[in-house]
Amino acid sequence: MTTDVGPQMVTIAADEDVVRVRQLVRIVAVGAKLSLVDQTKLVTAASELARNTLVYGGGGGAEVTVVDSGRRTGIRIVFADDGPGIADLDLALTDGYTTGGGLGLGLSGARRLVDEFEIDTAAGRGTRITITKWAR
Amino acid sequence: MGLTAEESGRLAALLETHADKLTASWTDAVAAPLRGRLTRAELLRQVQDLHRTLVEALQAGDFDLSAEAAASLRATLVEMSRSRARQGFSAAETAVTVFGLKKALFDVVDVRGADPQVLADLLALGLVIDDLGLFTFETYAKTREELIADQAEQLLELATPVVKLWEGVVAIPLVGTLDSARAQVIMERLLETLVETGSPYAIIDITGVPAVDTQVAQHILKTVVAARLMGAECIISGIRPQIAQTIVALGIEFGDIATKASLADALRHALRMIEANRKARSN
Repeated sequence: MTTDVGPQMVTIAADEDVVRVRQLVRIVAVGAKLSLVDQTKLVTAASELARNTLVYGGGGGAEVTVVDSGRRTGIRIVFADDGPGIADLDLALTDGYTTGGGLGLGLSGARRLVDEFEIDTAAGRGTRITITKWAR
Repeated sequence: MGLTAEESGRLAALLETHADKLTASWTDAVAAPLRGRLTRAELLRQVQDLHRTLVEALQAGDFDLSAEAAASLRATLVEMSRSRARQGFSAAETAVTVFGLKKALFDVVDVRGADPQVLADLLALGLVIDDLGLFTFETYAKTREELIADQAEQLLELATPVVKLWEGVVAIPLVGTLDSARAQVIMERLLETLVETGSPYAIIDITGVPAVDTQVAQHILKTVVAARLMGAECIISGIRPQIAQTIVALGIEFGDIATKASLADALRHALRMIEANRKARSN
């Protein structure tokens, strides 16, 4: 049973914290018995979103929880920041669009790497992204 | 924590009166948890230094740890906690050097028979000792952070060797997290080695990189483009199945850059290219 694993918080304020998020997500993913491919996908998605939280959101936090739908186990991660928010979400989710000099694939790519992807944002209101990956 | 000039004066006198007994008992309290890893003579000297500078700071009147009069006390504390941190002692083993004074005071001063004035002074001194302890702890933590930063820097240097695999082929095996600082070091190393060895082929092996996200990919792509500008061709190797699937899902395109599953495949590819070039030239 994995339902007893409570949420674990990581504060994202510097580059090292992105690494810490990645390490935590990998440990939890291994514990939840995700396949190697799914582990790698989730860790990569977490890495992208954690860096976005840091670079665009000006820092924030990540909360990692093991969830149980009754039939299967999954991992849910919530990234939250109080930054400027995203004014045009469709544009931000377009492949190759970036305001920060990256490849412009982080947000859109992360969405493709996970099973569930929710984003709650508006200009001036911060950003809150929830992703879930289920074990197969 | 500030004390009035009167309190400071009385405490200085109290510490002075029992100086020898206090430092002896204080050294015992410090020595016990360290279990012989520092000699008693060394500890006694440190404790005497602390005692002397504390008394001096108190004699200067209205004690305040951040004041000018306490400068030599702070210096002594800094020196003590830095050397403890560098010698690998734990935070508790460092803090006990300061808190040992409390135990010594209990041993030396007859608390039961003391008049209320002395008790009140001792309480105030207790607060001062707490302050000294906090200051020690902060210095200790700062020193440890410096140590960690130093080690990270050393790792940065260590973890990026560029090796010559064959005549005309160099390889750079990447291990661990590829952040911007490391990517910069790697790019510089690789470009320098290309010039030194005059190699037309460079293999970037990412077997040891646990996750390839867009930032890592971007760093690799930039390195490849820079190498190309210098006339060298890069091959990326060590792409494991899970990494390949992640790269596809992310939508990263490596374009016309040659990628291989293993370092052996990449070397074979490079040798074949060198051979093809040689034949083309001789024809």
